[in-house]
Amino acid sequence: MSLIHFDAMRLPAHCQELRKEVRAFLEGEIAAGTFDPERPEVGEKNADEFSRRVGAKGWIGMTWPKKYGGQERSFLERYVVTEEMRIANAPVRRFFVADRQSGPTLIRYAHEKTKRDVLPRIIRGELFFCIGMSEPNSGSDLFAASTKATKTDGGWLINGTKVWTSSAHIADYMIGLFRTSGSTKENRRHGLTSFLVDMKTPGITCRPIGQMSGQRDFNEVVFQDAFIPDDHVIGEVDGAWKQATSELAYERSGPERFLETYGALLALSNAAGSKPDVRVTVGIGRLVAQLHTLRRMSVSVAGMLEAGREPVVEAAIVKDLGTVWEQGLPHRVRELASLLDLEDDEEDAFRNKLDFELKIAPKLTIQGGTTEVLRGIIARGLGLR
Amino acid sequence: MSASETLVVETAARVLADLADPQTIVQRRDDAWKVPLWSSLQEIGLDLAWASETAGGAGASLADGFGIIREAGRAALAAPLAETLLAAWLLDRAGLTAPGGPMTVAPVRPKDHLTLDKAGRVNGRARMVPFAGDVEHLVVLATGDDGPSVALVRTADCKLKPGKSLAGDARDTVEFVSVLPVHRARLQESGTREKDVLLLMGAAVRAQQIAGALDRILELSVLYSQQRVAFEKPISKFQAIQHSLARLGGEVAAAASAAASAADTVANTGFDGDAALLEIAAAKIRCSEAAELGAGIAHQVHGAIGFTDEHILHRFTLRLLSWRDEFGDETFWSLKLGEEITARGPQGLWPLLASR
Repeated sequence: MSLIHFDAMRLPAHCQELRKEVRAFLEGEIAAGTFDPERPEVGEKNADEFSRRVGAKGWIGMTWPKKYGGQERSFLERYVVTEEMRIANAPVRRFFVADRQSGPTLIRYAHEKTKRDVLPRIIRGELFFCIGMSEPNSGSDLFAASTKATKTDGGWLINGTKVWTSSAHIADYMIGLFRTSGSTKENRRHGLTSFLVDMKTPGITCRPIGQMSGQRDFNEVVFQDAFIPDDHVIGEVDGAWKQATSELAYERSGPERFLETYGALLALSNAAGSKPDVRVTVGIGRLVAQLHTLRRMSVSVAGMLEAGREPVVEAAIVKDLGTVWEQGLPHRVRELASLLDLEDDEEDAFRNKLDFELKIAPKLTIQGGTTEVLRGIIARGLGLR
Repeated sequence: MSASETLVVETAARVLADLADPQTIVQRRDDAWKVPLWSSLQEIGLDLAWASETAGGAGASLADGFGIIREAGRAALAAPLAETLLAAWLLDRAGLTAPGGPMTVAPVRPKDHLTLDKAGRVNGRARMVPFAGDVEHLVVLATGDDGPSVALVRTADCKLKPGKSLAGDARDTVEFVSVLPVHRARLQESGTREKDVLLLMGAAVRAQQIAGALDRILELSVLYSQQRVAFEKPISKFQAIQHSLARLGGEVAAAASAAASAADTVANTGFDGDAALLEIAAAKIRCSEAAELGAGIAHQVHGAIGFTDEHILHRFTLRLLSWRDEFGDETFWSLKLGEEITARGPQGLWPLLASR
């Protein structure tokens, strides 16, 4: 039998109905001036109110248990909401991390009291999460993390530094990975624990790190005797490594793993018009074929997740192929655009858009699991490791 | 199709494993294997899986037929099983009955066109017709005054110029000079794409074969890397090899997804509408891309032994590469798809993708 299997999963009819509802909502928000697909800075300003309105629609944490304020809707419905938001270039950053991974982690492993406190607020679009994984000496090698959590009365004291932490300066909470004891000879992954960190805790300092794309999103987060209460421990002390795998499939296989530079394709399509040079037509056809295939793979993984399977290898494949593709996309678009005859102002607008996509491209195969890490996972799935 | 493959597909896999084993074929270097294979396929009715029961076929579902074709790809089968299924399917579209025995179809190239004159005779030339010299009957799609018709033609009534594919399989030029068909009837397909049905269905079929063969070269490459020792360990332990095979795995997955999605579209919604073109064009394009990258990696991992004529790898890789050319190559389908996408305009692209 085949080593790798992807079913031809189709989104059910009720998902396509939901899609219409999401589109109508987004069109309304654009009309109201909450965000502008072409000018992300507009949405950035209104991200808080947008987040609350999405929450009011019931589209944050929509798959989560009703007792925490969720809707218990299907993972496929969430998929549709996610992709429509991406395509519209809506300002989702405010709630996306919590919706995608922080919330599911809390539901599975956090203390009941913490869940009842935090989850309803995420669902209402009020809480912003960041992820504290990387450190100056620990990137892909997660288990080299050395930021310490030391037991004290009623909780833990955190000391050390996290880096490349996206949005830490504006986030309400972090889910961080800290060292609670040393690794053992038998298991170098032992000794790390997940914590829910209130970012307003005294002893936490965020220092901005500028990015080559001009974005200002990275932070260095320094902890100096920052106190975290016991009920903010997530899961087993020293056993965080057991908790990592299943959430990664959600994190890695979503539409955001191949649509990040979709704007470049849209800009090309805009500039090309309805009857461009035949080479441009061929180029667009090929890119669309590749994009369609990636989306079909991603939907297939969504179907596996909905069916309760843990498609860790399949999700790694989607992220590997998807991010490599979206990274190359602005470069392919650049080559094709060279064949177009554009007026000065058209060319400026196009360049502006393309330059942004070219500048963000390098990070796409690094964030959330590098290409190399993903290929290691796939190789393990093939029985090579 | 899912993990629960149907009995028909399992049977096809078993018959092919028993009677068309690539290792045996490579060692024997003759065509003796084809006779017992074909009689077995015929006995079970796999060759006419797509002919309806009233026309003497097995009346299997489109999904099952695509499953059989995928197995033919997994076996790198150098016999006209996919073509016979396709031919029987085409006959069925015109309400005609299959004559029995292996068949093939024409034309397979987008630029070849066959015509039907007023007397109902077929004219024109089709190049690269698969296995034409090996079969008694050709099923052709020819255009007459009343639109496209399907005609069953005796190979003996045509002029053949033998040719070979990259893999050495017969790909013949067939000249039709006022050939009187055994039967003919108007194609019963409706809709705007009727003249392209053979091209579309053929592309969906070749995508399945490519997906199947890629699947096997991944298995072969993984196995070889685990057995071959170099620098005092199995080469599967080297990260460079692991990452190459992971990339091959990605290509296998992309091809399998694209081919399955196209097959599912044909089976459930037919050829009309923009979605069918998107699905089939994407499958043929993406599977062909995967064929190039996948064949390259498989050979690199196998090293020199994979380049020898006695190794089975080339049976898969050369067919993978040659299937790219038939029923429209990447450039052809990219142009078709690109024309549709640019005509829809920038705001029309996402709704089309999201509808699938």
